[in-house]
Amino acid sequence: MSAARTGPSTALLLAVGALIAVVLALLPRFIVPYQTVLITYGLVMAIAALGFNLLLGYTGLLSFGHSAYFGAGAYAVAFIMRDLGVQAMELCILLGLLGTLVVAAIFGFVCVRYTRIFFGILTLALSQVLWSLAFKFFWVTGGTDGIRVDSAKLSLLAGLIDFKGAGAYQRFVYSYYYYVLAVFVAATVIMWVIVHSPFGKALQAIRDNETRAQFVGIRVRRYRWIAFMISGLFTGLAGILWVPLNGLTTPDILYWPFSGELVFMTVLGGFRSFTGPIVGAMVFNYLKTYAIASTEYWQMLLGAVLVFLVLVLPAGIIGTIARAARKLGGR
Amino acid sequence: MALLETVNLKRYFGDTRAVDNVNLTIEEREFVSLVGPNGAGKTSLINVISALLRPDSGKILFKGQDITRASVTERVRAGIARSFQLVNVFDDLSSFDNVALAIFSRDGKTAHLGALAHLDEKVNVEAARVLDQFGLTSKRDVIARDLAQGERKLLDVALAHALKPRLLFLDEPTSGVSTRDKGQIMDTIASVVRGEGIAAVIVEHDMDVVFKYSDRIVVMAQGAILAQGTPDEIRKNEQVALVLLGTSGPDAFTRKE
Repeated sequence: MSAARTGPSTALLLAVGALIAVVLALLPRFIVPYQTVLITYGLVMAIAALGFNLLLGYTGLLSFGHSAYFGAGAYAVAFIMRDLGVQAMELCILLGLLGTLVVAAIFGFVCVRYTRIFFGILTLALSQVLWSLAFKFFWVTGGTDGIRVDSAKLSLLAGLIDFKGAGAYQRFVYSYYYYVLAVFVAATVIMWVIVHSPFGKALQAIRDNETRAQFVGIRVRRYRWIAFMISGLFTGLAGILWVPLNGLTTPDILYWPFSGELVFMTVLGGFRSFTGPIVGAMVFNYLKTYAIASTEYWQMLLGAVLVFLVLVLPAGIIGTIARAARKLGGR
Repeated sequence: MALLETVNLKRYFGDTRAVDNVNLTIEEREFVSLVGPNGAGKTSLINVISALLRPDSGKILFKGQDITRASVTERVRAGIARSFQLVNVFDDLSSFDNVALAIFSRDGKTAHLGALAHLDEKVNVEAARVLDQFGLTSKRDVIARDLAQGERKLLDVALAHALKPRLLFLDEPTSGVSTRDKGQIMDTIASVVRGEGIAAVIVEHDMDVVFKYSDRIVVMAQGAILAQGTPDEIRKNEQVALVLLGTSGPDAFTRKE
């Protein structure tokens, strides 16, 4: 009763979440390694979109520069592994998040002074600064060739699992899948708590009515900044996890079309719901993979999907399902 | 010491004197009505005192402290809250979440991001009580944008009230609602404000309402205070009747319409 009246039904949510986690945990037994890798990519992107949506869906700020934080995380790990010789993934995550936080704190400090289109343009511009740095300082970043990150040099769980010797790549695919799945579950739970905390409610209040938020005593700019940093950290975490999977980081992930993809994923799933970005990221991942595999004009296919989405399903996949469920439920 | 004091407060918009040398004093627990024709500067005065507008010159003292340069949030924390003429609530949140948010903010809990908001029983109980005070209990889960206009007005006031202010500004809390609902809304507001000993300044056009509820009436015209006094004093003031009604005479306020 008390849960139903204001918060979501926690028990139901936990049950559904646990069921999905179990299915995801058992899945690799039944599918080919290639599919396992695909899902791993999907989970990574889901974490990125989850972070992005804290700003769009909950704070009402559309960032067109989230490639910056994904890229910051990715490049940080590449530097750490190459220049410091770090092998433990946990240390990579820790240091990578630190690097992302620095970038997000500085960029966010500037960007939250603005809203709407000015905010969007500023985030875009700043992300392009990072991109051009990665592009031009090739003696550090490898330029367009990027930096190779060899999964054989990586170890998980503080050195417990490493990937040397025969069949190393196969072992990496499966171990890394579970590793990412665990991080994904943790990230989702943390984000869920954040958006349902008093802080999360304050963000939604700022989204709905900035002036009134001030008049109930919320320091709007500071809260936007904190939300910006958390958002950047989640997207950065995704970048960190992405590097060993991809084996290479290039300036492409800092370039603005990648920011656009994050927006696309989130809108596809539905930015007005918590699960929307997760579903959107998974679906987009398949969509893009198969579009590229099946046609030379895959951008056109994605473009058509985007137009369809905006015109027919503006609430996204989850938003549309939720509305249909409400209608069926007779409410 | 007065709760609020403005000293030669000024705010011009170009040549328009929205707030012109206003020296206003509000005492603790006082129920003051701010009246005057459209464009008299009532809302501008409230906007300056609540920090939505910066004054050109003058001083604002609250509980003896100079708050002229304090930000909106600093004034809210000091104990000044307000509602808005055009409903200003969190449209995508439920009535309950609207009020709960104000309570979280007042208690400094909005910085907490590791706790679940809906499990905070203390806030739940208080938010339920505030909704009850304003007759919104049956609407607790209704999204604010789906409320009726009168209910939205009340929610707007409830939000300000949930902050437990010492001084509450209400800018036309009954505008845009039917005459029938008007009395009910004013009764609700008056009973809450008086019951909790909050000082209130209310902008209102309906003189019947003003005379009925006010301890003191402040009449503004062209940005300045024209007259102030008890309802009886204002009722007899011919200059006020001329400005507000366009006619004067001993019983101008009773024989209107």
